[in-house]
Amino acid sequence: MTNSIGEIAEADFILAAGTNTFDAHPIIGIKIKKAVANGGTLAVIDPRLTDSAKLAQYHLQLKPGTDIALFNGLANVIIEEGLYNKQFVEERTEDFEAFKQTVAKYTPDYVSEITSVPADVIREVARGYAKAKNSTILYTMGITQHTCGTHNVFSTCNLAMLTGHIGKESSGVNPLRGQNNVQGACDMGALPVVFPAYQPVAVEANREKFAKFWNVEKMPDKPGLTVGEMIEAAGKSVKAMYILGENPVLSDPDANQVMHELKSLDFLVVQDIFLTETAQLADVVLPAASFAEKDGTFSNTERRVQLVRKAIEPIGDSKPDWEIICLVATAMGYPMSYDSPESIMNEVAKVTPSYGGISFDRLELCGLQWPCPTPDHPGTKFLHANKFVRGLGKFNPVEHIPPNEQPDAEYPMVLSTGRRRYHYHTGTMTQRTGALEVFYPEEYLEISCEDAGKLGINDGDKVKVTSRRGQVEVTAQISERVTPGLVFTSFQYPDVPINRVTNAARDPISKIPEYKVCAVKVEKVS
Amino acid sequence: MSKVTLTIDGIQITVPKGTTVLEAAQQAGIFIPTFCHDPELSRPGACRICVVDIPGARNMPASCVTEAGEGMVVYTDTPAIIEARKTNLELLLANHPEDCLTCHKNGNCRLQDYAYYYGVRPGAFTGEKHDYPIEDDNPFIVRDMNKCILCSKCIRMCEEIQGNNAIDFSFRGFSAKVGPAMGTTLSDTEISNCVFCGNCIAVCPVGALTEKAMLGKARQWEVEKVTTTCPYCGVGCQYDLNVKDGKVIGVTSTDGDVNGRALCVKGRFGYGFIHHPDRLTTPLIKKDGAFVEASWDEAIGLVASKLGAAKDTYGPDAVALLSSARVTNEENYLMNKLARAVIGTNNIDHCARL
Repeated sequence: MTNSIGEIAEADFILAAGTNTFDAHPIIGIKIKKAVANGGTLAVIDPRLTDSAKLAQYHLQLKPGTDIALFNGLANVIIEEGLYNKQFVEERTEDFEAFKQTVAKYTPDYVSEITSVPADVIREVARGYAKAKNSTILYTMGITQHTCGTHNVFSTCNLAMLTGHIGKESSGVNPLRGQNNVQGACDMGALPVVFPAYQPVAVEANREKFAKFWNVEKMPDKPGLTVGEMIEAAGKSVKAMYILGENPVLSDPDANQVMHELKSLDFLVVQDIFLTETAQLADVVLPAASFAEKDGTFSNTERRVQLVRKAIEPIGDSKPDWEIICLVATAMGYPMSYDSPESIMNEVAKVTPSYGGISFDRLELCGLQWPCPTPDHPGTKFLHANKFVRGLGKFNPVEHIPPNEQPDAEYPMVLSTGRRRYHYHTGTMTQRTGALEVFYPEEYLEISCEDAGKLGINDGDKVKVTSRRGQVEVTAQISERVTPGLVFTSFQYPDVPINRVTNAARDPISKIPEYKVCAVKVEKVS
Repeated sequence: MSKVTLTIDGIQITVPKGTTVLEAAQQAGIFIPTFCHDPELSRPGACRICVVDIPGARNMPASCVTEAGEGMVVYTDTPAIIEARKTNLELLLANHPEDCLTCHKNGNCRLQDYAYYYGVRPGAFTGEKHDYPIEDDNPFIVRDMNKCILCSKCIRMCEEIQGNNAIDFSFRGFSAKVGPAMGTTLSDTEISNCVFCGNCIAVCPVGALTEKAMLGKARQWEVEKVTTTCPYCGVGCQYDLNVKDGKVIGVTSTDGDVNGRALCVKGRFGYGFIHHPDRLTTPLIKKDGAFVEASWDEAIGLVASKLGAAKDTYGPDAVALLSSARVTNEENYLMNKLARAVIGTNNIDHCARL
């Protein structure tokens, strides 16, 4: 996030795109409600009538996969009506003219045809967003999990720069991240092209620095594979995999293929707290300690590094992940040992400029938001105050691109997947709590009344959802949340492995799969 | 900002204008009991346990809603004040179950604490008592409205912080009761709009609201609280793991940087996986298609030799590592080091895109 979570409550205008905030990020949902209670305006861009959409003054219920057209349409109105921040555009950005030309054709009427959002609503939201003192954009996987996901994000940035709603309190572009430490995993270099703190592996000086620091001859320079590419290469160029705390068999698209590919590896080791669907395919399973059994830090979505404190001893003969990794490294001939996670963080701080000032001693007092480069730096509440990281903010003009798979005669409906309030990711934890799964025991498929009527489906009927890749059975729930032509379910139930159905087509830049749109047919199971 | 100086129990204190007498007393280290007051919530001034004596005032004002004034003189423990508080407590106890022996809040209950402090026993007043059924038709929250003292903190928490308006007062007088609309229970979420965040429990001063799974697990004084970061979404809520005898028996609110006392249903009630019997407790090696238990030495040896063999035979890029958005920064850093420094590949990623 460019801004802090607390700042959301003070925003005058919130444009929330593809975020089911009240279910997926309930505490951020609280801040949104607070902003609305304070008189702020909430506009929600989502094909579904989520709880936050119900609260919103404007629900832009667009057709799935038409976000770029909508954002370009908002920009079109803002430019046409002279509402853009000319000073900000002039002083802080570049390539405005190219952007202006691109959005010129995205008139409200044209955008309305593509998105189904009424032209007047587009105009009103554009004016509201541009004119408010503080406007903030929130987004999550609803806009990123598309083959044009990166371009969708570009289009949010374009809008923020156009209006100067970035680099100040309660104004910015804020991805709400889904996992406790997804921010930290990225920060720490668990990515194929960067070292910690996003230092590119392609830069020779970085490779030399890390080779010297880690006391090895050289660092690999070839960019690594992303998760989907690794799995596709499994059994081909990739012969052995080490999977730590991930469950791609349920979480990755086209899951039948994922299982097939993982099985074709020469060797698979999985380290986890449960024998997940992925661990079952492993040659060796290493039992890890849970968060309650170890010390360390997580970095949240607002870049705040916070302590994780050991409350109990590891269960059984399990060990904290950091200890296991040290054992593996040492057994492979690279002696690796630390007396505590605190010592690891001390090492991290030396090679991770944005974490340079972070230490467990400081974190004992309060969380710290990076960049926090030195021990006396207070941390950074919001980014891009006077300057963007690259200098001038670059407008990236982007065109509407339809989803990879469109409904057709055989697969006439669009399936979108997401999360439920009572469950988490693949359900490995939340299906075993004695509480959450008791209250919300079964997954269902949201289907509109109109479609259910046409297909002869009653509420509670078992239905079969089939795509070109696979099929699952699930209970139908007739719901006002989805519009005709759209069905929705989560990927959080092992009984409903919906990723056997989803499309593995990926965004060419970020490699994110298009979970939000695939073509399916829905039939009642007789 | 203008300031005012007042005298409380003979202690002079200067506070910003707008400060209440209660807040001024707290700053001066003077104890005033409260039930309905909460610094984060609106102030109904309803319970009147915080009354004080301000000479010249019309009656005994509630200190939580009385603004400190210049030159004001306040007494917090005159015989009349003590008498008023005792009577208040006697009235509450007249309609309160006398089951501190089995009440989960025993040891962390304001009604119990104040009754002890002021030496108030039940029985001063006799009359009708409520006999509400205990509401436990959901797996998260137990509501025992017989113990409710109508302080309304849960109502204000739900409305003002959580923003769900699931509960409010219904009925009047002796029949007044806190609950969802239409006399239904929380689990009727279509009507109640309850999301089982349990933030109401975090502010209940008595045993009316409790965490279902914690009942009977530990007395309040047996619990060790360990503040940590929630392992679910990316918000980074802080909370206290409640530990007894080396087991996590529950989660309670602390004052988090991001979340304050607020949590969601997963954070507050989703900890049961920690001690679930399905937890992996020993390394496993697959032999002839089935897992057999192994020692750490054997398992690590096999992992190192197999990863090493793939690297030696096909080159480092034949090995790929998936790190995790679920484990700590320190562990992700080590996975990145294992991939790049030990194995010699950039084939490392995690589930950021899923």
